Amino acid sequence: MIVDVVSFAMLALGGFFVFLGGLGALRLPDLYTRMHAASLTDSFGTLLTLGGIMLQSGWSLATVKLLTILFFLMMTGPTASYALANAASLSRDADAPDLPPVTGR
Amino acid sequence: MITAFGFVLLTLLVVTAIAIVVTPNLFVAVMLMSIFSLLMAATFFLLDAADVALTEAAIGAGMSTILFLGALALIAEREARARARRSWLPLAVIALTAFTLIFATFDKPRLGDPAAPVHQHIAPWYLEQTPVLMEMSNVVTAVLASFRAYDTLGEVLVILTAGLGVMLILSSGRPDSSRQRRATGGLRHHLVPRVVGQLLIPFIVLFGLYLQFHGEYGPGGGFQAGAIIAVGIVLHALLEGEAAGRAILPVSVLVGLIAGGALLFSAVGFAGMLLGGNFLDYSVLSANPVAGQQLGIHLIEVGVGITVAATLVAAFHAFADREPAA
Repeated sequence: MIVDVVSFAMLALGGFFVFLGGLGALRLPDLYTRMHAASLTDSFGTLLTLGGIMLQSGWSLATVKLLTILFFLMMTGPTASYALANAASLSRDADAPDLPPVTGR
Repeated sequence: MITAFGFVLLTLLVVTAIAIVVTPNLFVAVMLMSIFSLLMAATFFLLDAADVALTEAAIGAGMSTILFLGALALIAEREARARARRSWLPLAVIALTAFTLIFATFDKPRLGDPAAPVHQHIAPWYLEQTPVLMEMSNVVTAVLASFRAYDTLGEVLVILTAGLGVMLILSSGRPDSSRQRRATGGLRHHLVPRVVGQLLIPFIVLFGLYLQFHGEYGPGGGFQAGAIIAVGIVLHALLEGEAAGRAILPVSVLVGLIAGGALLFSAVGFAGMLLGGNFLDYSVLSANPVAGQQLGIHLIEVGVGITVAATLVAAFHAFADREPAA
């Protein structure tokens, strides 16, 4: 019972963070702040959602699989963010007129 | 609930497809194609077609995105503006085709209707006979690799032909030994992606091998495994530079593997003939027909995997090795 309540709370909160990340990615002014918002989806969103599902599945093979997915996402998400920010900073240094501007204003 | 998910996914598919057509930036189009494939894979999964979903995710979202990006590195990023000439004939043809197709869907049975002809015709026989004839739980693999092995052999030959075509058209033709190593070092100077990528490669390849050899019990098989193993090898080439990728698997070896996989498939078929059965009849491969079926399916899946993996890696090298046309 308590497990169910905690799990539902985690799922709802995770969904809220995903929504917040999407909102921020749309509304914030430039690329870096947008990435900051999107990373909310990566970190809190996945952690809470997968944690909530893990509580639902209990001690089973499904939990092990979810842990593996979580580990994989925790490895690749920050790496992708780093690669994106790095590419944006490099392209601003090169100051190529063709590329979309980093700042949106 | 599932229906709601399906509606959302299909709506997103249409939105993505329109965006792909509209955008003039080819890089954006490639990324949208990748998203399209992921949505498609999710849709397949909703329809319980896990094998197809795996293939779509591995090839559509993974491998073909890399190939598109490789092609994009050779050409300009923006689409040339085509002169828009209104002509009514194509529009009329498209409208007529769309109308006919939509009209035809009204005669289709409802999704999942047990009385639909597709569930009445031969599918029950496959479901009934697969556990008896080959003691296998994944009927998809049984149908693909044994009941309809002719089709699969044809598909492997199509992949072989496509791989040879890509290599003949795109390869620079320089032999490996005389090649001047170009200065491009992949992501060698970017420590974080390189370290994390290298860490992931063993797991990617291991997952590919799992799909290869577990394909008769769960989703998976030669096509999915080949694509995923190819992604692992290509990731290595992306991180360490194209030359390093070529060093671990030279193109001459790749050509041998492409042909070897298809050859293994055909050889299994001919072995059946020599032992007194029909072409691609695995039952005669062993004293026990069930064991023979399982042996044959294992062998041809390995052949499929080798050909698919080697073709994808060779196609990547064919793109990555070319000098941009400036």
